[in-house]
Amino acid sequence: MTSRPPDFEVDPPGTGGDGQMSRRGLIATLMGGGAVALATAMAGGGAIDVLTAPAAYAESGAVTTKRRYGMVIDTRRCVGCKACVVACKQENKTPEGVNYNVVVEDTRESPDDRPLWLTKPCFQCEHPPCVKVCPVSATYKREQDGIVVIDYDRCIGCRYCITACPYGARYFDFGDDYAHAEDGEAWADVPSPEYGQYRQHEEGSSPVGNVRKCTFCLHLQDENGEYDKEAGRWPACAKTCTGKAIHFGDFNDPDSEVSQLLRERQAIRLKEELGTEPNVYYLL
Amino acid sequence: MNIQMMKRGFWALGAVFVLIGSIGWYDRLLNGHENANYGSLIPWGLWVAVYIFFIGLSAGSFLISTLVYVFGMKKFEPVGRLALFTALVTLGCALLSIWADLGFMFRFWHVYAYPNFQSPMAWMIWLYTTYFLLLAVETWYVLRRDMVVARDDSGWKAPVYRVLTFGTHKTSEESAQRDRKVVKVLAAIGIPVAIMFHGGVGTLFGVVAARPAWNSGLFPILFLLSALVSGGALLTLVSAIFQDGINRYGDTIVALGQLVVAMLMLDVLFQISEILITSYGSVPGHMAALKLMISGPYWWVFWVWQILIGTLIPLVILLAPTRRNPRWVAGAAGLIVVGFIGVRLNIVIPSLSVEEIKGLDDAIASVRVSTDYFPSLMEWLVTMFIVGVGMLLFGLGEKLLPREPEEAVTESPPPDQGVLSGVGASGGDDHVQA
Repeated sequence: MTSRPPDFEVDPPGTGGDGQMSRRGLIATLMGGGAVALATAMAGGGAIDVLTAPAAYAESGAVTTKRRYGMVIDTRRCVGCKACVVACKQENKTPEGVNYNVVVEDTRESPDDRPLWLTKPCFQCEHPPCVKVCPVSATYKREQDGIVVIDYDRCIGCRYCITACPYGARYFDFGDDYAHAEDGEAWADVPSPEYGQYRQHEEGSSPVGNVRKCTFCLHLQDENGEYDKEAGRWPACAKTCTGKAIHFGDFNDPDSEVSQLLRERQAIRLKEELGTEPNVYYLL
Repeated sequence: MNIQMMKRGFWALGAVFVLIGSIGWYDRLLNGHENANYGSLIPWGLWVAVYIFFIGLSAGSFLISTLVYVFGMKKFEPVGRLALFTALVTLGCALLSIWADLGFMFRFWHVYAYPNFQSPMAWMIWLYTTYFLLLAVETWYVLRRDMVVARDDSGWKAPVYRVLTFGTHKTSEESAQRDRKVVKVLAAIGIPVAIMFHGGVGTLFGVVAARPAWNSGLFPILFLLSALVSGGALLTLVSAIFQDGINRYGDTIVALGQLVVAMLMLDVLFQISEILITSYGSVPGHMAALKLMISGPYWWVFWVWQILIGTLIPLVILLAPTRRNPRWVAGAAGLIVVGFIGVRLNIVIPSLSVEEIKGLDDAIASVRVSTDYFPSLMEWLVTMFIVGVGMLLFGLGEKLLPREPEEAVTESPPPDQGVLSGVGASGGDDHVQA
């Protein structure tokens, strides 16, 4: 355990320790949501299929159709190839110094230690500290799917959110470019599909001067806010992962792959003590 | 070196700073943040440190002005106007600095149009806007009568005063009485506003749970204390230099020095408390920033700049018998002002250069993702411009500010006598306004 950074406070893999608090909390939340959905369904004459209606238990007690997209990342399947980093860059066309997805390697104290890589998108926290500190409400958590987004036209570029994010998920766009994306190169004319806005990367106009972050590739959602793995409309990092370590899905759907993994395996989240409730879990 | 030469030198230095510094602004406006050295791990750099430095000077110097305009302390009467003027100029410098730091400088109005009052930054901006308006109106009322009198003078100043008086003509004693009342009310409102807004700057840092070194309840209080220390020190320095304060009201300078040293000791006490508690706990995340500050690559900013220049030497000067000599006091005040730039840098940068997730720096090969930061030439130039603008405004103030009525200033003993006569001996009570 000494080889782990302080962020990894977990039972060693395979010891079969007691379930994590967060996981229990999650299941309780899911079951609570399900119960309310069921009650509503029965009251309404049973017209709603509880299993397919992704119901969430909102604070008001009302049933909403909100999805809660998240990831479960299996560190035992990660080989540290960084294909996710490249795929993310290809998909979002992020410039130099802007990284929506990062692979961090845990420093091993001896060569015999098992290597540990940590691929890290934005955690789309339930209680995102970055959203709270934004002076102009330019960054917010979407009602429909819980993804934390940035309104590039609203953002003033103060970078307070970067200081507030405990996970280093936010990057300021300084206007730097890779050599192949500089003016005159063909690559420079390809806009980023982010948010479906197709912006060019040019000095003086957004997103240069804005803070940027991972959006779970939400521009790949259809008009109903759904992804489709078979059609290739899936977050680029998860789609490309060579070891199939990155699992993506809706935590509000109990049958989704991510919900099942949470039920079956021991999962942790980073810096639980801050109460941010990340929607990205790690299997160790 | 005579005073005339010093003044010319001061103007020249200010002008040179503005001229050279404007190259930095040209670069900043043309290329945005491309030539800045901060990145995404250390997203705030020199400009934010300079901003909290200036904003502290402003709040501190304003709070000292209320000693005159709310609490009627005659001892500080001669520096009342200068205190308000200092608060205005340093606030301007602070706002210039933080304006340059924005990704989109011309979207600053978004904070007024779309405020998020969950954000301490939104609160801070709304509060300093209130503070700015209040300060401007109060300063105007303080100067109004003298400007009306001076508008009929000959020379280049008269037309300036004619514009600045906005058409008021009253010079009667009743009008002056009314002005004093307005000033008292405004200054009284200003006290909670200044405390909230500068405490708010501390809160802005204090609430960030992701940065353990900031996340302390002491932060807003520390900000207020250091505002009083640095603002008081700057006021001591400028009142000694401008309007010939050293000779005209040496005992006021000495008294200011005592006020500053009391605040400085309290500030040191708070800092020691913060450092002791952090080190005792030795929680790695909390210790990381502290270790960087005291033994990192920029250890000298703490030990030499903040502790030696900004704290120890001034403490000795202001506690030893030299405390009764306005020249020494002014010198110590100058050291404190310079030292507090180091204090501000140490607040902003070490806390940010601790990776939030271990290994980020190594994971991405980009200068923007680095835990090392030293301001770029462009950043220095932009700051140089702002300092130059501040100096020129002070110079202009020296020329334009109507002097305190001579009656308000008693003959102060020459400095060498002052050492013997002590603080109260020269008789602050003699400062009776006619």
